Amino acid sequence: METTAHRAASQKHAAVLRTEMKLAEENFLTDDFLRQLINVGEVDILVGLPTHNNAKTIGSIVQAIQRGILRGFPRERAVIINPDGGSRDGTPALVTEVSIGDSRPTSNLHALRTFHSISTKYASSPASDVALRTILAAAEVLRAKACVVLSPESANIEPEWLSKLLGPIYRDGFDLVTPTYRRHKFEGLLITNLLYPMTRALYGLRVREAYSPEFGFSGPLGSQFLEQNVWNDAANGAGVELRFTLSAIAGKYRIGQSFLGEKDSAGRRGADLVLALRQTAGALFSALEPGFPAWSVATGSQPIPTTGTDQEVILAPLRVNRRRLREMFSTGVAELGSVFASILSLSTLAELQRIARLGEDEFHYPAELWVRTVYELAASYRKSVISRDHIVQALAPLFRGRACTFLMENRNASAGEVENSIEGLCIEFERLKPYLLQMWE
Amino acid sequence: MREMIVSELSQALREIARGFAHLLPRVIVMLILASAGWVIAYAAKAVLRSILRLVKFDKLSENAGATQLLTRAALPSATELLCRFVFWVAWLGFILLGVSVLGIMGLQEQIARFFLFLPRLFVAVFIMFLGLLAASFFSRAALLAAVNANVPSPRVLSLAIRSMIIVFVLSIVFEELGLAEQTMLVAFGIAFGAMMLGLAIAFGMGGRDLARRFLEKKFVRGTKEENEDDLSPL
Repeated sequence: METTAHRAASQKHAAVLRTEMKLAEENFLTDDFLRQLINVGEVDILVGLPTHNNAKTIGSIVQAIQRGILRGFPRERAVIINPDGGSRDGTPALVTEVSIGDSRPTSNLHALRTFHSISTKYASSPASDVALRTILAAAEVLRAKACVVLSPESANIEPEWLSKLLGPIYRDGFDLVTPTYRRHKFEGLLITNLLYPMTRALYGLRVREAYSPEFGFSGPLGSQFLEQNVWNDAANGAGVELRFTLSAIAGKYRIGQSFLGEKDSAGRRGADLVLALRQTAGALFSALEPGFPAWSVATGSQPIPTTGTDQEVILAPLRVNRRRLREMFSTGVAELGSVFASILSLSTLAELQRIARLGEDEFHYPAELWVRTVYELAASYRKSVISRDHIVQALAPLFRGRACTFLMENRNASAGEVENSIEGLCIEFERLKPYLLQMWE
Repeated sequence: MREMIVSELSQALREIARGFAHLLPRVIVMLILASAGWVIAYAAKAVLRSILRLVKFDKLSENAGATQLLTRAALPSATELLCRFVFWVAWLGFILLGVSVLGIMGLQEQIARFFLFLPRLFVAVFIMFLGLLAASFFSRAALLAAVNANVPSPRVLSLAIRSMIIVFVLSIVFEELGLAEQTMLVAFGIAFGAMMLGLAIAFGMGGRDLARRFLEKKFVRGTKEENEDDLSPL
């Protein structure tokens, strides 16, 4: 028995050594960063904090992380890994300078084990895929048991987020914990109208936030994703967090979700819609081809274990220019006729052209047509009928039309009614899944 | 007198017969070359058609916008057109090779020039195809970017970019073929300059409001326009 355990431990050690050698050979991690990691040794908890010019907020975020570690994991060895995308405002220095002692006067808590902060500059400009790869590689070298990635853009990070994202992994054996948030009923429309329903319909799991800058994951899941050959393709850069989630779903890892509280959308307002589409729809479409064996057999959808509520909606009044959304939809359909003709079916295009001519009061982009549109775009993306990036860009005016209809339908809706509306769309995506499969073949 | 005529006539007939006997093997060689050339050209056409179908050349041509041009001109598909082009160039090459065997003075020089011209013709066709592909890609990219940025008249912008690239490519193609190089250079200069001047005037006259709005939006803070960007899509 002891021999078997010893052999297993030796095999694991050899595998880790092989990975370390591979990382060194690939010249992916700098010598200095590797040296710092080796000095740290092994850790239980790893916090990944990718940054780029976040000096204004990073100090309070690091302190929140430290308080979270002190409260939730005082006996564990922990490290903050900060891959920096070429900050010019001294962000990396701020991450490494904040010591664990800075959090103690307010918390009256003490870490019983070591705590480190390591920063490395991975490039002169930010790239989310390289940042995540650095975090995964560090987790591999340090043999971290549970890891969490946090975004410095989320100014309202609370110490409890660490327990909520890491706890299920470290204590309950989950492999991936995605967040759920409280947010305004009209915030995150790309998530509620496309990403969540389509991911749910295709993969059969109700993951509310498959694309999020905050998530927790286990060491084995991180290692599995690190080994996947997705890193050398520049097209895979956008939406790597979504690819990570889809990889976990396809690999049948244990997935849960935790309610984190309010989603701070201040930094995301005014975000480029096309960029957001590349990170979500583009990443999802491109993941469908390699993930076909996994999603093609899934039927229906199952809820996943959730800590706290799975969604909270804020109903405060919000003025939105719906007319502009509708106009941009109509202009897009009219001007991009030649582009849509090569990526959509004749019936879908004719229907889109019909609703594009409707007046403001009659305008309605029905769920069924929206689902067909998205599925046809996904199939065209796979067949590369035109440049794949152009297909994703062509989705922008159509999404505006759908967003306009969602806003109109839920103008005076309660939280329950909004949830029902999203649920109806999800069911439509599930119902029409055979249509996508038919086009796929 | 009569004997002289008969003698001259028979000598002429002998000369003709000798000339014909001298030419006949060459004609036969020419016919053999032309027949063999037809077989080889046909085989090359068949092989090329299979390869082009395998690499979905028609789809590529459709993406490049070449298919639309061909349809408008009532021509067959790009695959068929290229196959026919290769067939005729190959067969014509063999026919000319056969003709050169006949040893007709002056013709051989023209045939040699034709064979020297062939590589340039292929390069020109290749450049034209790549140019159409680039024109289609960049005009579509401009169209999408303009639509998503809510720029007025996006199709005009897209068409302008497409035209500019095609004019540029045509000038390269004619230069490669060595046809009217000076004329093409001047024509290109005039067309390109006129287009740029036209765009500048159009933007200056018609785009004043657009430019003002753009600059205000970019640099003037305060009255924030109410739009969908006030919502976070993620």
